[in-house]
Amino acid sequence: MTGVGVLLRAFLRRDRLMLVFWAAGGTILYWSQAISVKGLYATRAEFDVAATTMESNAAFIAMSGPARALDTVGGQVAWQSTAFGAIVAGLMSMFVVGRHTRAEEESDRDELVRASAIDRRAPVTAALVEALIANVLLGALVAASLVSVPLATADSVALGVGVALCGWVFTGVALVAAQLTSTTRSMYGIAGAVIAAAYALRAVGDVGNQALSWSSPIGWYQGMYAFSGLRWWPALLLLVAAIVAAAAAYVVFERRDIGSGVLAARPGPARAPPSLGSPVGLAWRLQRGSVAGWALGLGFTGLAYGSIGDDAGELIGDNGAAREMMGAGAGDIVDGFHAVAMMMLALLAAGFAVSSALRPRAEEDAGRAEPLLAAGLSRTSWLLGHLTITVLGTVAMLGVAGAGMGVGYLLVTGDSSAVGRFTWQTLSWLPAVLVLAGLTRLLYGVHPRLAPLGWLGLGFAVVVLVLAEVLRFPGWLRDLSPFEHLSLVPAADFDPVAFFGVLAVATLLAVTGWLAFTRRDMS
Amino acid sequence: MTASISIEGLSKTFGATLALDRLDLTVARGEVHGFLGPNGAGKSTTIRVLLGLLRKDEGEVRLLDGDPWRDAAALHRRLAYVPGDVNLWPNLTGGEVIDLLGRLRGGLDVRRRDELVERFELDPTKRGRSYSKGNRQKVALVAALAADVELLVLDEPTSGLDPFMEAVFTECVEEFRHRGHTVLLSSHILAEVERLCDRVSIIRSGRVVESGTLAQLRHLTRTSVAADLSGPAPGLEQLAGVHDLVAEDHRVRFEVDTTALDEAVGVLRAAGLRGLTASPPTLEELFLRHYGDQLDEPARS
Repeated sequence: MTGVGVLLRAFLRRDRLMLVFWAAGGTILYWSQAISVKGLYATRAEFDVAATTMESNAAFIAMSGPARALDTVGGQVAWQSTAFGAIVAGLMSMFVVGRHTRAEEESDRDELVRASAIDRRAPVTAALVEALIANVLLGALVAASLVSVPLATADSVALGVGVALCGWVFTGVALVAAQLTSTTRSMYGIAGAVIAAAYALRAVGDVGNQALSWSSPIGWYQGMYAFSGLRWWPALLLLVAAIVAAAAAYVVFERRDIGSGVLAARPGPARAPPSLGSPVGLAWRLQRGSVAGWALGLGFTGLAYGSIGDDAGELIGDNGAAREMMGAGAGDIVDGFHAVAMMMLALLAAGFAVSSALRPRAEEDAGRAEPLLAAGLSRTSWLLGHLTITVLGTVAMLGVAGAGMGVGYLLVTGDSSAVGRFTWQTLSWLPAVLVLAGLTRLLYGVHPRLAPLGWLGLGFAVVVLVLAEVLRFPGWLRDLSPFEHLSLVPAADFDPVAFFGVLAVATLLAVTGWLAFTRRDMS
Repeated sequence: MTASISIEGLSKTFGATLALDRLDLTVARGEVHGFLGPNGAGKSTTIRVLLGLLRKDEGEVRLLDGDPWRDAAALHRRLAYVPGDVNLWPNLTGGEVIDLLGRLRGGLDVRRRDELVERFELDPTKRGRSYSKGNRQKVALVAALAADVELLVLDEPTSGLDPFMEAVFTECVEEFRHRGHTVLLSSHILAEVERLCDRVSIIRSGRVVESGTLAQLRHLTRTSVAADLSGPAPGLEQLAGVHDLVAEDHRVRFEVDTTALDEAVGVLRAAGLRGLTASPPTLEELFLRHYGDQLDEPARS
């Protein structure tokens, strides 16, 4: 195919740093797990206790995967890293493919390239090959890093091969998505939804119906049982799925016009609807797609947690350590599980809140704030429009997640009061989520370039939740996370003082951010 | 009546870069004021200060008798702005953007909007992402021209427009002026400025270096003269205001300062004039005169 080589070299040159970061980041996910587990437990007995605790925790299983051989370093790595490793490979593949196919077509740069003497399929093929190479690089680094620990060679290689093949499957998915839509945004939406579905299916499957795990590529990867009776045949499933998806993408590609997707863009309204005339109306219009997407994801994740029902109690049984970990020493173990599940849903909702708080920055960057501000809209009203959507959206996210969890619980147990109860209880995390959004807003107000650091706030909150115990964080460091101050409802009683205190902090952050924003230059 | 825009000693720095250096600019009510300068001279920075998007470091800036930073939103209801590079929301149609901007300004005249959409041959049902550069520009122009305002701030508004649409744009600006309103037109298309503007300010390295009516500015420069003579014209080279003299046989070509024009023509007549062409300086020449020496002069820091 003429031109593939030239294009591939150009792509790799453009992306070399990005690919190294993705591959290194993915590798650290595995390697750091191995190193930290190795150093964590002083005695065999300690390790065994921790392993027993973890493998009986339904929420952890839903989050990571089927618990196998958790009393070994390799088993721990395979358990803790594979689901997230596959997601990293999937996102990397999605961005590599999107960047060189749909984004190029959308920007018309593609025409310039296509006008030269290259095969029609060359750009698609070069993007595909680059994604394949990137995943091989990731897989090789993962395998090499684990062998260096040292861990068993064959199993280490299996983890590397598996993550690379997962990446290949998602490469194929992204390539199909790039043919379907005419915009990069919706292409990422489709591919991202497939990755999320793959993760969610195996989560529900691992806790309940095993068959569901086998409908997800991540489930196949984990079905290779690295470090716990390695078997290679599930890798074949991944390979076949990758080939089928890529082939499907080529079939669609051959049948469509360059620049358009299969799902054609229709003409829109010549007039604005009445709702599009206020800052809130505009912010809603711009964010409603992302609100709907996140709500759907959170609703289903909540449903998955809820459908674990009362099994959490049976899974954990009389394990004292697990009870303690759930923060439910005296209380009901099921309540403890629900409390942690709600907190995790709140952390996911914080993902929406931060990305929504970053929306004004994207608008300003793209030069789309300027015409509005020159049309008689004050900076304050413009910002307030977006803030309204962030706050109401966050309330909706928590509500939907809690309601989803309640519905899941209702389906399994028949307890219809759970829907309302879980919704309110999940909403008790609202102040903490708003603090993270407020932090992002403050950073944005000071300087738009600082705004993405808002994600670090969320990252820190996750680290505190997952690792504070293990890494023995001092109290003051933990207290920096807003989630540490709220009570673990329903395992503990609702604490209105903490609720309104944290809410006051969130308000303070947002107001300071607003004041800074009205005083700085617009870029 | 006070000026629509009055700027005195405006300075603005970005880090170590001095973008505006004690800039002065006055735009009277009811005039179309050309704002000329090469890329990076500070035109857009000036406009962004006027729109309250940037904060001035020093100087006095008045816009429609208000403070552009403090009274931004109130002032913006009385003006419309067209940027040189229009960015639209990818998922909003052109029609929706026009309505949105109009409503934010406090309502728009639907009849005028429809008339403008037709005149600019704009398809308002397409989404932002599928418009070409020229069509995005049209969306912003229709939104601005449909607004009931007293000041238009146009930052290189015709970039990407075809000649037909440029003509429509010129007509629309003329109509706007006839209603007694003011226009600040930043541009580097000299023909456009010559056609539309009453007064011109030339900006360079963050300072206005020349300002006045076109006639006044022409005064500052030289006229090109080409003459066919019946005999030699001695003494022409000695004249103080004559430059770049080229004489071949009975033909002469030279540039002459406006102040020495009368004297030079006297010398030509004495030599017996058979043919004469004299062209006034174009804005192009004015422009080049101000920027041509940029190469010779080391950049001031």
